[in-house]
Amino acid sequence: MEMLKQLLGWVDDRFPLTATWKQHLSEYYAPKNFNFWYFFGSLALLVLVLQLVTGIFLTIHYKPDASLNAAGVPVAFASVEYIMRDVDWGWLIRYLHATGASMFFVVVYLHMFRGMIYGSYQKPRELIWIFGCFIYVALMAEAFMGYLLPWGQMSFWGAQVIVNLFSAIPFVGEEIGIWIRGDYVISDATLNRFFAFHVAAVPLVLLGLVVMHLVALHEVGSNNPDGIEIKKKKDPETHIPLDGIPFHPYYTVKDILGVAVFLIVFSVIMFFTPEMGGYFLEANNFVPADPFKTPTHIAPLWYFTAFYSILRAVPPMFDSQFPGVIAMGMAIVVLFLLPWLDKSPVKSIRYRGPMYKWALTLFIVSFFILSYLGTLSTTSGRTLVAQICSVIYFAFFILMPWYTRMDKTKPEPERVTA
Amino acid sequence: MSKNEVNRTRRNLILATSAFGGAGMAAAAWPFLASMSPSDKARGLGAPVEVDISALEPGAKVVVKWRGQPVWVVYRTKEMMDGLAKVKDKLIDPDSKSSKQPAYAKNALRANEKRPEILVLVGLCTHLGCSPSDKLKAVSDSETGADWQGGFYCPCHGSLFDLAGRVYKGSPAPINLPVPPYAFLSDKRILIGDESKGA
Repeated sequence: MEMLKQLLGWVDDRFPLTATWKQHLSEYYAPKNFNFWYFFGSLALLVLVLQLVTGIFLTIHYKPDASLNAAGVPVAFASVEYIMRDVDWGWLIRYLHATGASMFFVVVYLHMFRGMIYGSYQKPRELIWIFGCFIYVALMAEAFMGYLLPWGQMSFWGAQVIVNLFSAIPFVGEEIGIWIRGDYVISDATLNRFFAFHVAAVPLVLLGLVVMHLVALHEVGSNNPDGIEIKKKKDPETHIPLDGIPFHPYYTVKDILGVAVFLIVFSVIMFFTPEMGGYFLEANNFVPADPFKTPTHIAPLWYFTAFYSILRAVPPMFDSQFPGVIAMGMAIVVLFLLPWLDKSPVKSIRYRGPMYKWALTLFIVSFFILSYLGTLSTTSGRTLVAQICSVIYFAFFILMPWYTRMDKTKPEPERVTA
Repeated sequence: MSKNEVNRTRRNLILATSAFGGAGMAAAAWPFLASMSPSDKARGLGAPVEVDISALEPGAKVVVKWRGQPVWVVYRTKEMMDGLAKVKDKLIDPDSKSSKQPAYAKNALRANEKRPEILVLVGLCTHLGCSPSDKLKAVSDSETGADWQGGFYCPCHGSLFDLAGRVYKGSPAPINLPVPPYAFLSDKRILIGDESKGA
C-alpha cells in the first residue's frame, strides 16, 4: 500500500494524475438534481468508445475496393459479406457498429433535446453548445461516409445524391463535386477516400471536439433541470456549491445504471432486429452497388431524413436546386445560433411561459413529421406537409428572439428543487 | 527607447515572417488538395464509346456506359415523337434554352437530324443524379399523372421527363436531361462522347 502511494506521488510529481482525477471526477461538483435527461451525455461517450473499438476491428477485415472479384461482386461488398458470414463473431462486431451508429444519433438527439428544454446553451455555456453542434456535424459526416463503405445500392446512390448537393453550388459546384468524388461519378476513388476520412480523419476531429466539449463544460459547470447556477450559493468555508455533489461517486453510479438499461435496449435491437425494419440498415443495401440502376426508392437513414425533407420541400429556383441545398444547410447552421436567439430571462422550461412551450412542441412535432416524410417517396400532398413543417422548423428559430422576450416567465427558485 | 514602446523593426520582421510562413503553409497544402482530383487514369477512362444499334427496335432503349455514367439510346416511334408536341405546355424548358446539349441537338426532338428518331441522353436526373426509370409507353399511372405521353420517372424525388428528356413542370429537376456529344459512324453505329468523327 505504501509502495503504491509512493508510486502515485512519483507520478504526480511528473504528471497531474491525482489533480486531473479530482478536477474532473471526485471534486467536480455537479448539481444534485439531475434527472433522466442527464443520462445521454455519458451514454454518447459510451457509444463513441463502442464505435471506435468495433470500427478498428472491422477495418481488420474490410477492404475498400470497388473493383469486381472473380465472382463478379465488388470486393468491398464481398468483404462485408465475408465479415458477416466467415469471420468468427464478425456478425456481432458489424451489427454492434451498425446498430451503434443509429443509437449514437438516438442518444445525441435526446442529449440535444435536453439542452433545449433546460436552456443548457444559454450564457455561460454557449461554447459547450457550439462544440456540441460541431460534434453533431462531424457525426453526420462520419455516418454518411461510413454508409458508403458496404458499397451496396443505397451506399452508392445515397452518396451520389449527397455529393451532387455540392454540385448544385453555382459556378464552381461541378468542379467541387468532381474533386470530392475524385472521379466523374461515385467510384473506387470515392470509396477509398471516404474510407480514409471515416476511419482516420473524422474520428480524430470527433475526439478533439469531445475533449473541448468536456473541458468547456467542466470550466463553467453543469446546468440542471432548474436552469439556475449552483455556483451562486457556495458553502462559505469549503467554497463547494451547496447544491453540488461530487461527480464521482454520485453520478458515476447513476450513469452505470443508465448504461445497464441502455445496453439492454441496445442488445435487444442488435440481437433481434439489427435492421430495425429497414430504418437502421436498408434492404436495398444488401444488393451490390450498380451505377446503372437507381433503386426505386431512395432515402437516407432515419437520422438524416428531416433535413432531406427540407431539401425536397424547396422547389428549384432560377434553373437550380441550390435553394433547397441552402435551406438544408441553414437548418443545421441555425442550431449554432440558438444561444443568441433565445432572449428568455430563464433557462429551464420549468419556469418558461406557454409561448415557448407551444413553440417547442410545434418544433418537435414538425421535426418528427419531417423525419417521417423523408423516409417516403414524394407526392404533392406530402410535399405540401413538408413545406409547412419546414416553415415551422425555421420559424421556431427565427421568431425566437420575439416570443421568448414576450413570454410570461415564472420566478426561478433560489436553490435547486428536489 | 522606453520599455513600453513597440520595436517596429521587430514587429515588422515578425509580420513578414508570419506572412511568409503562411504562404508556405498554403503552398504545402496544395499537393494534398490537388491529390484528391481525378487521377490521370480516371481522366483517361473518359474516352468515347461506340454503340451498335442494329438490334435496337423501334420503341426500345439500350443503356451504355460512358465516363461511368449511364447513357441511354432510345429508338423513338412516330407516335412517341408526335407525343412530344402535345406536352409542350407542361414543360419547364420546352425549347431546351437553359439545358445542356450539343448545338445539333438543340431542336424540337433534341436529336441529331441525321437520325432524329434516335434519342441519346445522359441517364442521370439533373436534380441529384439518380437514374430515372423507364415509362416509355403512353400509359398513365400514379407516378406519371394523367395524359402521359411516354418518358421517364425519377424514383428519388419524382421528377418527370418526356421522350426528349425534357423535364415536366413541378419536378424538382431544374433542367432537361443532358444530351452528350455523339455522332453516327454509320447507320448502325453511334459514337458517344465525340462528335467530330461523324461519317
